[in-house]
Amino acid sequence: MGAPTLTKLFKIRGGVHPDDCKLLSADQPIETLPMPELLHIPLQQHIGAAAVPMVRRGEIVKKGQLLARSQGAISAPVHAPTSGRIMGVGGYPAHHASGLSVRTITLKPDGKDEWRDNTPPVKDPFTLSPEEISKRVAEAGIVGMGGATFPSAVKLNLRKRYALHTLVLNGAECEPYLTCDDRLMREQPSEILDGVALMARALGVEQVLFAIESNKPEAQAAIAEATQAHPNITMVGLPTRYPMGSEKHLVQTLTGKETPARGLTADIGIVVHNVATALAVHEALHHGRPLISRVVTVSGNAINQPRNLRVPLGTPLENLIEHCGGYKQEPARLISGGPMMGQPLPSTRVPVVKGSNGLLALTQDEIQAGHEMPCIRCASCVQACPCGLVPLEMAANIRAGSLDNSVNLGLLDCIACGSCAYVCPSHIPLVQYFNYAKGELASRQRMQHKQGETKRLAEARSQRMEAIKKAKREAMMKRKKEMEAKKKREAEATAAAEAQA
Amino acid sequence: MNEAPLISGPYTHARSSINRTMGLVMLALLPATLFSLYLFGWPAIFLFITTLIAAMVAEAISLRISGRPSRPFLLDGSALLTGWLLAMTLPPWAPWWIGVVGALLAIIVGKQIFGGIGQNLFNPAMVARVALLISFPLEMTLFNPPIPLFSAQAPGFLDSLSITFGNSDHLDAISSATALGHYKTELSRGLSITDITGGTDTLWQLTTGTAAGSMGETSALLLLLGGLFLLYKRVITWHIPLAMLGTLALCAGIFHLIDPDTYLGPLTHLMSGAAILGAFFIATDLVTSPTSIRGQLIFGAGCGLLVYVIRTFAGYPEGVAFAVMLMNACTPLIDHYFKPRIYGRDSKGEPLSYAEKGGES
Repeated sequence: MGAPTLTKLFKIRGGVHPDDCKLLSADQPIETLPMPELLHIPLQQHIGAAAVPMVRRGEIVKKGQLLARSQGAISAPVHAPTSGRIMGVGGYPAHHASGLSVRTITLKPDGKDEWRDNTPPVKDPFTLSPEEISKRVAEAGIVGMGGATFPSAVKLNLRKRYALHTLVLNGAECEPYLTCDDRLMREQPSEILDGVALMARALGVEQVLFAIESNKPEAQAAIAEATQAHPNITMVGLPTRYPMGSEKHLVQTLTGKETPARGLTADIGIVVHNVATALAVHEALHHGRPLISRVVTVSGNAINQPRNLRVPLGTPLENLIEHCGGYKQEPARLISGGPMMGQPLPSTRVPVVKGSNGLLALTQDEIQAGHEMPCIRCASCVQACPCGLVPLEMAANIRAGSLDNSVNLGLLDCIACGSCAYVCPSHIPLVQYFNYAKGELASRQRMQHKQGETKRLAEARSQRMEAIKKAKREAMMKRKKEMEAKKKREAEATAAAEAQA
Repeated sequence: MNEAPLISGPYTHARSSINRTMGLVMLALLPATLFSLYLFGWPAIFLFITTLIAAMVAEAISLRISGRPSRPFLLDGSALLTGWLLAMTLPPWAPWWIGVVGALLAIIVGKQIFGGIGQNLFNPAMVARVALLISFPLEMTLFNPPIPLFSAQAPGFLDSLSITFGNSDHLDAISSATALGHYKTELSRGLSITDITGGTDTLWQLTTGTAAGSMGETSALLLLLGGLFLLYKRVITWHIPLAMLGTLALCAGIFHLIDPDTYLGPLTHLMSGAAILGAFFIATDLVTSPTSIRGQLIFGAGCGLLVYVIRTFAGYPEGVAFAVMLMNACTPLIDHYFKPRIYGRDSKGEPLSYAEKGGES
């Protein structure tokens, strides 16, 4: 199918309008955070298999040097954010609500910030073949930087399996508070568009739509101006509505087409990439720089001076908070990401990773926590759900333990955007119910799989044992017979000898 | 699960709560209520207050028996609203015990027995009204014309106390029928509408509320204003009210066109009785109405149709309470069959497929 021409925007279902709180940090230019004392670089900062460490304790590394290589089809390598000495490879609390320990490389910066001998970048990366571009993107450890952290090269390779026609740049940044993409678009529009053009080349698509929500007029203007150098890239202003940045809903807004359930946007010929990812692609292909830092919005009313910081990956969050003047008041919640879909953080010791777009210290007044009351069936959640689900019924089924029913009602089509829980007058933690059910179903499935495997293996073992026994028995019988025959022969021989004698 | 620390977002919330929702509904009812209290004077005020207090007491006792925390549930405003709506549907000069029995029926039988807030199948206020109407038909159909507070004929404070709390035959002396009741009686005597119209309230009286009836049956204009306020505040959506009033008007219009002498016109139907109150405040009750848009349209249309059928062909002059309750009973069924279409799926729930894919899947 051909690329549709863009004439108008299409309406999506549901959605909410939370207070975007972006003014706290939107006017703060991106500032580079000073190098911390120690960097803790986890081996798993992406969706897929963890990277395999390539360095040992005590080793001296240069900035940009490969620390851990990717393994398997879906994975991403990890590079040194600065030069220094490897202090060890071991467990360190993860950037995750659980705070569980994950394998992490600890690097002590030497203060020289000395680059490795960068592979001489090709003068013009546009002469590279699509395969070569995605290979370099993979080698640079680039993952989806909007928070999903899916390895970008895998998405660039979708051209092999799908008939693609459009690349959509997701500059919606619909989560409240976050301004890191906004700042990047304002400050580095031409670098971003260069990365976009490279991605379009890798995907083999003609048309690029650069979508930005209307609450970022400066970013819209900057990108629109920069697109003058790129005739195939069009800036599209989006209405401000959460969850506009959900890629399936973004694509629907732009094209009017829904992505089939359980499918990818590639099913309708479209691939979506994040703004910061495009910049990382530009850095990797033009300058040979792997993904070793990212912009993080530090905000919330509990933070003294909200800012946008460019931070080396692996920097402990406490350094960011300290750099922003510490807390104004003790935060009621510390969140990684935006307030709608972000995760609570177990401690400020955890490091910044590739997907960390925000660090929010929220006050009691901001989180508006309420006492949970019974559902009054007001259907606010039904109106708010962008996926056409009936959250109140799904939650009631989960509460009653009928997880299968909740699946029939569409649990697995839920994108966990939190619009339902945001509007619920009874303050029912609907997303919590859904996540619980999804987790429980996954663990049941694993359990079932495990049981099946155990049964299969046990049966195989008993069959094997049986066969061994049988073989032994047969061997015994054979030997017995042989022995008997031998004895008989010997007896006969003796008898014959005696007879001769 | 409630005790587990919350690890899923969102970590922000719309400024919504049950109290706010209930509070907005009461705010929307306020103009019509105040005007009606003024029109019907002290007895109406006494009955109103008695009913509200009884509803709160019934709620408190039920919560205590069921072992729930009293404070959050008493303060959520739902019992107060139920009492309020019930009071709006009673004859304004009815004796105090009508209000008390009604409130007990509404809160205990209509709501708490089902499991409290959010669990009831039927609108509690309508359960009470229907039960009262069947049990005490005399008290529930004795209406008086409006005698505004401080007007010459208005009963004084003490007289009013005896009307509400004592044994007074004051009402019998001045009782008058509601417009719909009057039409019903006269039509059954074989008169035609044009004959009757002279002896009853004009459309203007019905609209402004200066006609006999229960508090919620009068001042259609102020109730409409309250309803529009609820729409504006997004406490309710337009689907149920519009479907209900539209269907009622459509039915009335068709029959009126066929035989204007036997069938009342659509405007009279809309402005008399509890049509407006029912459409904006009763049928839209969050707990007992369907959750999907399509479901709400069907529900509203069903209410409108039943109101017309009951008013026109059944024994009762007014049928909003019955109509809403009948449709309440259909709500689970409607919710089961009419769900929104899920993103990326067709109406049967199968993943979408595009012809362009050429049949591959």
